[in-house]
Amino acid sequence: MAALTDLKLAEATELLAAKKISATELAKAHVDAIEKLSSLNAFIVATPERAMADAKRADERIAKGEAGPLEGIPLAIKDLFCTDGIQTTAGSRILGGFTPPYESTVSANLWRDGAVCLGKTNLDEFAMGSSNTTSAYGNVVNPWKRRGDNRDLVPGGSSGGSAAAVAARLCLGATATDTGGSIRQPAAFTGTVGIKPTYGRCSRWGIVAFASSLDQAGPMARSVKDCAILLRSMAGFDPKDSTSADVAVPDFAAALGQGVKGLRIGVPKEYRLDGLAPEIGALWEQGIAWLKAAGCTIHEISLPHTKYALPTYYIVAPAEASSNLARYDGVRFGLRVPGDSLDAQYEATRGEGFGEEVRRRIMIGTYVLSAGYYDAYYLKAQKVRALIARDFDEAWKSVDAILTPATPSSAFAIGEKQDDPVTMYLNDVFTVTANLAGLPGISVPAGLDAQGLPLGLQVVGRAFDEETVFRVAEAIEQAAGFSAVPQIRAGA
Amino acid sequence: MTYTLEGTTGTWEVVVGLEVHAQVISKAKLFSGAATAFGAEPNTQVSFVDAAFPGMLPVINRECVAQAVRTGLGLNAQINLESRFDRKNYFYADLPAGYQISQYQHPIVGTGVITIDLPDGTSKEIGITRLHLEQDAGKSLHDQHPTKSYIDLNRAGVALMEIVSEPDIRSPEEAGAYLTKLRQILRYLGTCDGNMEEGSMRADVNVSVRKPGEAYRTRCEVKNVNSIRFVMQAVEAEARRQIAVWEEGGEVAQETRLFDSARGTTRSMRSKEHAHDYRYFPDPDLLPLVLDPAWVEGLKAHLPELPDAKAARFMKDYGLPAYDARVLVAEQATADFYEAVAKGRDGKQAANWVMGDFFAALNRTGRSIEESPVSAASLGKLLDLINDATINGRIAKEVFEAMVETGDDPVAIVDAKGLRQVTDTGAIDAAVAEVLAKNADKVAEYRGGKDKLFGFFVGQVMKAMAGKGNPALVNEVLKKQLG
Repeated sequence: MAALTDLKLAEATELLAAKKISATELAKAHVDAIEKLSSLNAFIVATPERAMADAKRADERIAKGEAGPLEGIPLAIKDLFCTDGIQTTAGSRILGGFTPPYESTVSANLWRDGAVCLGKTNLDEFAMGSSNTTSAYGNVVNPWKRRGDNRDLVPGGSSGGSAAAVAARLCLGATATDTGGSIRQPAAFTGTVGIKPTYGRCSRWGIVAFASSLDQAGPMARSVKDCAILLRSMAGFDPKDSTSADVAVPDFAAALGQGVKGLRIGVPKEYRLDGLAPEIGALWEQGIAWLKAAGCTIHEISLPHTKYALPTYYIVAPAEASSNLARYDGVRFGLRVPGDSLDAQYEATRGEGFGEEVRRRIMIGTYVLSAGYYDAYYLKAQKVRALIARDFDEAWKSVDAILTPATPSSAFAIGEKQDDPVTMYLNDVFTVTANLAGLPGISVPAGLDAQGLPLGLQVVGRAFDEETVFRVAEAIEQAAGFSAVPQIRAGA
Repeated sequence: MTYTLEGTTGTWEVVVGLEVHAQVISKAKLFSGAATAFGAEPNTQVSFVDAAFPGMLPVINRECVAQAVRTGLGLNAQINLESRFDRKNYFYADLPAGYQISQYQHPIVGTGVITIDLPDGTSKEIGITRLHLEQDAGKSLHDQHPTKSYIDLNRAGVALMEIVSEPDIRSPEEAGAYLTKLRQILRYLGTCDGNMEEGSMRADVNVSVRKPGEAYRTRCEVKNVNSIRFVMQAVEAEARRQIAVWEEGGEVAQETRLFDSARGTTRSMRSKEHAHDYRYFPDPDLLPLVLDPAWVEGLKAHLPELPDAKAARFMKDYGLPAYDARVLVAEQATADFYEAVAKGRDGKQAANWVMGDFFAALNRTGRSIEESPVSAASLGKLLDLINDATINGRIAKEVFEAMVETGDDPVAIVDAKGLRQVTDTGAIDAAVAEVLAKNADKVAEYRGGKDKLFGFFVGQVMKAMAGKGNPALVNEVLKKQLG
């Protein structure tokens, strides 16, 4: 049998149910791995005692035949999800010392189903970033290295801690959130699978908000099936979130294994960007060939407003963020830096509490909502957003899913792209459209680049049609047979 | 009658529009389940949503929406089946989220109208521009500590209706009448208690002045005036201030001002550094508010009878003059009380008793109608005793005073005190004969043509009979015996 940390989530579930392994030993293996690989800085807070207690309870329930669908499965939680009694930081100094007295709906759903809590994973501050280098709790190190180059690489962001933890086998799966690509880009950078479900599929209640109309929780894991299993537990209507969708949650994993024959796959011509790295282009072609071989039909489609997606995103997201982050004022919780007046306290608290990238986005957001600029920026961006959504609506008339690269490059070295924020923002070019249109998108590892780093392909589907997205991703997963492992991992 | 102010350059007209913030009567807040009771210990009615903790989300309270719709219907206003919530962004210590959820561009209620009743008996229509739902902020207490401010979030998130009038108001009196009528309607609807002392109804007063026939001049907003009397004073004070500015060759600057009730003047409130750019944008945490027309119709069908309709009905069904009807419908409780007394009786007589002796008794004892020792049923019985000639009017007043004092049933009082009217003509004959015998000189004068003495004889007879003589019979017998 493989090392416990090398198990896929679905495999572990079967072994636990068959009592071939115990939740306690499974948890212990991961707790030890987290401690051993603390240099990755994937976790802001590890909760070994909680994990062992959860595992003990899981073993008892398994023994009594009361196991939930995730009974005994050790998971990591992005530190953007509020967890009752466990410090929640959003990667920011401004939430220093904040321990919520409530549990996010998504994490509560996972505990309900029997999952074991390993701790809270690192992330870009307030989920703003594509490299996990904006966290107040330090950079996360990507477990992958370039061939012959020992420099630390970024795991992507903002869910860099979750991605690194999954890739390095520190957990069987993790929660993450995706506002413009924060699940899919780090998944691509770490050779893991990550899905951003349809907006409204998972409750946002208890998740520290970045941009409310774009934020969506989703799972990261080491297989498509594992993500499907996790998403089923995470998802569901929540009356506490007005934007949560009151639609039934299917058994996503049950949709797998039936192949993709006859599915119509769209390939958007606008995603063939000028200067697209040849390796990325080749990977995309490979993905097309795999799906064709699996019985899909391939259709070139047009999503004409794609080129406006990134600027639209970088207006809408900061606008909402500037308002969402106003509550961090030093009055009721978190950091307070006193001042001579209320305004002075605000300035000192927010100046010290927020990092540079967060301050930049608050400034951008404040600017685009200001009198005199609102129409030119925010209002126009909303109109373009509607056009982008309409592009997809048109596409769904002729295709069932869309295949694109997940990222324009593989993981880069820490510090490599930080001279210019705009370069960093370009990481999101393939992923933001799904957020703007509210559609499900998955990143699935499809191969390695010349430097030996993983690359991902993205599948985007119709709203609330994650089943098709999972099926197409599974076809890629099977065809790619991605078996490479990162240099840094538990048991290595 | 047109209200004008005289300045050194001539006559000025006053233009007023009112923005009223009315706290919605509901058990829970607009977007959270926290309670809304007035006067609770600080920070005891605060949910994590109200305190804007990380990850907390607003969920609209259906009852608050229903209250806004009922109010809109009561103002004869258009109900917008789709409305939206926006964020109004500004930083303040008692605004936990750093934004107030309000309705900026798409309010739940559109244009409507209120008919105000003026003291001279005339009425006037004042247009309603809109009504929207929004959250209240918390309360900052600056006087509890030498260097710190304390924050009470009990009020944070409580639902308010902002009801905006057209600038149709032309005098302090009309402003007062508008608020009085609006408050009356809100109380009838049960959508706001209208209690200005507790702050559950507050008014922002927009005032400008102009020469008759001119277009509108710049207006100033006098914020948060908390009584009808102060609103009326603020209108005049602000109008006079503006007239002085214009007449001194100055320019009235559009600004927010405060009414100083001690000085009876307004003063500028905000300096430049607080010039806000609220950066309104649609709240992405909330979907558009879409109302089912059938649900709105259901609310409409269950609306109570409102003051204007009730007054009209009282005039028609009970034969009341307009003045009486208006007084009696001012409060729902009064109207209900009156109607219980008047039903099946003489409506005008009932009105006279309710508005006369009954109101006087409440005033004197400092009680509200709900605390009245005299129930509508008892007062009705008293009227019955008068009308079936068991007692006469004068005795009735005596019985009523006993009812106020003891709360007893009027029949019981009449019996216990032996106040039944004497209709036995034998007893009256005897009393009359005795009075005439005692006053032979006056009888002679009367017979000599001094008719005015008749009243004297009546009084003497009634006195002799301890007030219980049937006045009509006493008159009749007297006339006969004086012959």
